[in-house]
Amino acid sequence: MKIEIRNGRIIDPANQLDGVQSLFIADGKIVAIGTAPAAFNADSIIDASGQIVCPGLVDLRAHLREPGEEHKGTIASETRAAARGGITTLCCPPNTHPVIDTPAVAELVQRHADAAGFARVLPLGALTQGLAGSAITEMHALKTAGCVGVSNAMQPLGSTLILRRAMEYAATHGLTVFIHAEEAALANNGCVHEGAVGSRLGLPGIPIAAETVAVAATLALVEETGARVHFPMLSSKRALQKIARAKYDGQPVSCDVSAHHLHLTEIDLLGFNSQCHVRPPLRTQRDMEGLRKGVANGTVAAICSDHQPHEADAKLAPFSATEAGISALETLLPLALRVVDDGVLSMTQMIASLTDQPATILGVEAGTLSPGRQADICIFDPERYWTLDSNSMLSRGHNTPFLNWEMKGEVTRTLLGGKTVYERT
Amino acid sequence: MKKKNRLQLDDNGKLKHFLTIEGLNRQLLIDILDTAESFTSVTEQTVKKVPLLRGKTIVNLFFEASTRTRTTFELAAKRLSADVLNINIQASATAKGETLLDTLRNLEAMHCDMFVVRHADSGAAHFIAQHVAPHISVINAGDGQHAHPTQAMLDMFTIRREKGEFHKLNVAIVGDIRHSRVARSQIHALSMLGVEDIRIIAPKTLVPTEPDAFGVHVYHDLREGLRDVDVVIMLRLQKERMRGASLPSEHEYFQLFGLTEEKLELAKADVTVMHPGPINRGVEIDSAVADGPRSVILQQVTHGIAVRMAVMSMAMQSHLPDTTGGAR
Repeated sequence: MKIEIRNGRIIDPANQLDGVQSLFIADGKIVAIGTAPAAFNADSIIDASGQIVCPGLVDLRAHLREPGEEHKGTIASETRAAARGGITTLCCPPNTHPVIDTPAVAELVQRHADAAGFARVLPLGALTQGLAGSAITEMHALKTAGCVGVSNAMQPLGSTLILRRAMEYAATHGLTVFIHAEEAALANNGCVHEGAVGSRLGLPGIPIAAETVAVAATLALVEETGARVHFPMLSSKRALQKIARAKYDGQPVSCDVSAHHLHLTEIDLLGFNSQCHVRPPLRTQRDMEGLRKGVANGTVAAICSDHQPHEADAKLAPFSATEAGISALETLLPLALRVVDDGVLSMTQMIASLTDQPATILGVEAGTLSPGRQADICIFDPERYWTLDSNSMLSRGHNTPFLNWEMKGEVTRTLLGGKTVYERT
Repeated sequence: MKKKNRLQLDDNGKLKHFLTIEGLNRQLLIDILDTAESFTSVTEQTVKKVPLLRGKTIVNLFFEASTRTRTTFELAAKRLSADVLNINIQASATAKGETLLDTLRNLEAMHCDMFVVRHADSGAAHFIAQHVAPHISVINAGDGQHAHPTQAMLDMFTIRREKGEFHKLNVAIVGDIRHSRVARSQIHALSMLGVEDIRIIAPKTLVPTEPDAFGVHVYHDLREGLRDVDVVIMLRLQKERMRGASLPSEHEYFQLFGLTEEKLELAKADVTVMHPGPINRGVEIDSAVADGPRSVILQQVTHGIAVRMAVMSMAMQSHLPDTTGGAR
């Protein structure tokens, strides 16, 4: 099967490509950009006039809910939603039921993803057995079974000694440790940012110090162990300042932010809007601007969806009793495009933060259009306006504060290994 | 803020639910106080009843223990001739795994007209108001650390009776403001009614985050904060705060923040001392002050009935057929 995508504006940040040209695919792989290889006769031609053709998006954090919470979502339902969002590679955290702390669960997740065929799913293995925070997992076996890193998800570790040992052991096997920067004692069962809005609403707050203390402690252990650490979803400007300093000092650290933290603040909680109950919490306008700046200046390597589909009931309770999270795969690209429209990021920077840069963190061959690579491609119309409504969402979770938002930029086609897995109708 | 406004008021700007002072307006608060004033005579009659809510069913839905608030709501409802149902949910359905929404649906099916709700989660009354059938009114009797608007209004009623006008007053609130729904509602009500100098007096562990957002002056020294105040409101210190890292001991707390006759000398000569109760004698307030001539602590309890009658009758009125000839 030979495919030519023509007339599209090809943007591939890793190869510094930006221009209207053709892209050629043969046998599921990219074979050339610009000039067709000798004797290339396309079986199929995709006209991408007026559209942007970029690498399939790489999402560093998406909860697929399977195994264990299929009433919220399945690997098939959520990867189908990913395809609609132009996402071809997803990294899922280990907090499934059972936890991804054995090769069997890691393999099951990948097998189900392969069977569904909408996206590549790369699991993170648990850092500790059962995420209980005490005994470390068989990281070598997890790595062999396809885990691209290890994480304790949102669960606290028993002590900094356990963190140190886990980092040393992960480093032994060349695994990146994903650390959720939230010091449990300081978070103190809070559910919103500890600030003016939370204070007015009388909701228990999570101070910024819960994040900065965890970042600082982890950075001290990076210096000690040399382990490579990635901080998913930082929420505060002060935490980014610490990351920027550590990167400047040459430490092997990186971080990402979620798309919703680039658009929402604590103000959005007014009226006890449980759709804005997320963890880490939405912080101040100043933090939001700091995160945006962090993506622009390179402190933040990636924008993730932090996709967390829920059944409707999970959000139908008094605020603090609701479950945290947003169904976010289908809004990742338009929300990132909105930051471009706001003049904070260039189109190339934005695409890099959704493709090549997250792929580098995962250490996988994805996120570029280099010849020889799998033809994982996202084609989108950057000018098309559409409105997010729950009936059209493909994710099983319709929990999003962005319902009825007018979005600009819509995915028109997603290819996975040269095969169209989504096409806008 | 607008959202709250819409939820609490009907299309004619009348009170539909009473969830928080925030988002209401000065005139509405004054209407509540005036209506309460008109009800005080009812409580003094030999037949302590008016037929305003005859045939209506009011459910006291208490997910958290309370004696005083529940009792005064019950009395208020009975004096308005409503039928009252007390439901203590701690020992009821949610303990068996029923969701809050299911509990509500069941009560709705019994054709109730008003829910008076107390719940340990901030925003619970708000959530219930968003999800009840349109003919039901919701009155917040305390939600988490968010709001306790009827308590605040009975305090305002007491202050108006003692002092007349609000705008020239200096009012100090002393104690655990951080965890207090009462203090939050009092601050909003005082500021809406025109009090310019609202002080909160507490150690830093009990001051709310970003107090500036409330428009209050913060003091960490009781003597300094009491200087020239017209009204001092003492808050109850929850026993559990004593065991945490917030305070070292009852002894040190009383020494620094307990109200005594001697410290009260710094306030204005005609200072009024208030407390939402129940009081911890010798912890936040000395008995001599609590029982002294400047204390109106028991009057507050009495006023609680009239104020709750006012709020209940006003909220229920918004559901009666429109007599002003408006739409529908």
